Amino acid sequence: MYDAIIIGAGLSGLAAGIRLAHYEKRVCVLERHTTIGGLNSFYRLRGRNYDVGLHAVTNYTPKGTKRGPLARVLRQLRFSWDEFGLKQQNGSSIIFPSARLEFTNDLEVLRAEIARVFPSERDNFERMLAAIPDYEALPLDRADDSARAWVREFLREPLLVEMLFCPLMYYGSAREDDMDLAQFFIMFRSLFCEGFARPAEGVRPLMKLLTRRYKELGGELRLRAGVQRIVHDGGNAVGVELDDGTILEAKHVISSAGYVETMRLCGEANATTEQEAGRLGFVEACSVLDRRPTDIGIDRTIVFFSTEDQFHWRRPDELVDLRSGVLCMPTNFDFESPVDDGMVRTTALADFDAWRALPEPEYRAAKEAWYAKLAATSAQILGDFRPHVVDVDMFTPTTIVRYTGHAGGAIYGAPKKRYDGATFLQNLYLCGTDQGYVGIVGALVSGIAAANHRVLQAS
Amino acid sequence: MTKDDIKETILDILSDIAPDDDLSTLKDEIAFREQLQLDSMDFLDIVMELRKRYRVQIPEEDYPHLRSMQSTVDYLEPRMRDLQKV
Ligand SMILES: Cc1cc2nc3c(=O)[nH]c(=O)nc-3n(C[C@H](O)[C@H](O)[C@H](O)COP(=O)(O)OP(=O)(O)OC[C@H]3O[C@@H](n4cnc5c(N)ncnc54)[C@H](O)[C@@H]3O)c2cc1C
Repeated sequence: MYDAIIIGAGLSGLAAGIRLAHYEKRVCVLERHTTIGGLNSFYRLRGRNYDVGLHAVTNYTPKGTKRGPLARVLRQLRFSWDEFGLKQQNGSSIIFPSARLEFTNDLEVLRAEIARVFPSERDNFERMLAAIPDYEALPLDRADDSARAWVREFLREPLLVEMLFCPLMYYGSAREDDMDLAQFFIMFRSLFCEGFARPAEGVRPLMKLLTRRYKELGGELRLRAGVQRIVHDGGNAVGVELDDGTILEAKHVISSAGYVETMRLCGEANATTEQEAGRLGFVEACSVLDRRPTDIGIDRTIVFFSTEDQFHWRRPDELVDLRSGVLCMPTNFDFESPVDDGMVRTTALADFDAWRALPEPEYRAAKEAWYAKLAATSAQILGDFRPHVVDVDMFTPTTIVRYTGHAGGAIYGAPKKRYDGATFLQNLYLCGTDQGYVGIVGALVSGIAAANHRVLQAS
Repeated sequence: MTKDDIKETILDILSDIAPDDDLSTLKDEIAFREQLQLDSMDFLDIVMELRKRYRVQIPEEDYPHLRSMQSTVDYLEPRMRDLQKV
């Protein structure tokens, strides 16, 4: 009998596992895939290292910062700031047809940019900033309110509103056309008030650090151990059944599989729960270059773009929506000597159902065709890097489903977040994306919170 | 354990929770919260570390005693006096 079983060896599951193992709970993390990491995994292809999810670690705060999510994660997991090896971004941009804004990890830069490009909005922006609550003071009773409506109380320029929403939505809105108010506050802080950073070797050392710590503390990790069913009785989870039929018993079950996915595991999926599945899928194209982007004049760390002044955030009608996207140059951080290949990563919205409907040969062909279009769009914005491309990899929403099991390939999960992680079973809790914290630091916070509130405080 | 042992134990726990903090300037009478900006999750950790290391149980209604080093040591002394330092 375990004290706790955790479904998923992604960031949130491992963080929960570390907390519980540290306090001598008998804990087991179960992962269906052959490796750890989930949405933030890593792989090797044709002799090169790739990260699955990492553009930048958001929520960056400098060493010595005592408050905020990164500081909390480090304390709770007992890591020193240096162990994460974070290096800051060089500078990022939001590029729309009629305007362009730069920002860095220093909020003053964004302030100055807004004053320069939208002078009439300067004071309004300040008023809005002052009204954004601390993480500890999120208005959970108004969590699902429209962030757009809230922002409109302050800002008058539609273009500025679109430009601010573009990065925030790309890095964390599961809701189409809008954002939940709580999600907006979390993302605004983590992107604009805190910032972007990256470990020199990507997500690999971070994932390994977490796994090593978890195992040193006596935590059990089983790979290739998919959970097929959550066994429950009289409103309580009693354990799980694995794909191979093994039954494991536990006093608590924490699931990072997602809300709809977890309901399916409980045998409680129905039309209502299925309707809650996220609809926003993505493609990402990784173009490996024969040199660093800075060698060809591309010095931005991340570029959020829209080719129309009206930004569109919804499931597209075709395979990919080329009207907006994110471009990330993973070597453009403050590294002493970058160890990775020069690369341009292009992310855009995609339609899971359309990709899934393609039979194998057409799927391959579509990937190739859309890679070419994505690279062309990226080149228009950044300058033409295409002559320097030496290798390419691309994932679609179906890739995400295959490797992480997230319904619809929706990286940010279900639009309705469950901030308290509660489910219909007393001792089954959600952590990760559908609990409301997205991103790398967010997922870690979420796992920590589930372990603390649901297991450690309960005993 | 003497009061000094208990203080050392608390410092050890604090340095585990906040390895980047300088604890050498910590004042005994001033609230931890003011000097180290500990939040409720951190206080929970002090409680749980004491339980893990010394099997001392601190009921939730007693948490206010953990305000500063002084008050913590005063509170813990009768409860830890008979324990051996590890
Ligand atoms: C392309 C992309 C780019 C991203 N970029 C960034 C970025 O730049 N910065 C940032 O901060 N964040 C980024 N993210 C987001 C970040 O990766 C996620 O928010 C975070 O990894 C989510 O962690 P999680 O633990 O909630 O979920 P997951 O990592 O998905 O963990 C869930 C795990 O559960 C496993 N699982 C599911 N069902 C079962 C089952 N039945 N049995 C056993 N195991 C199961 C899955 O295989 C998976 O490993 C990105 C994500 C992607 C995909």
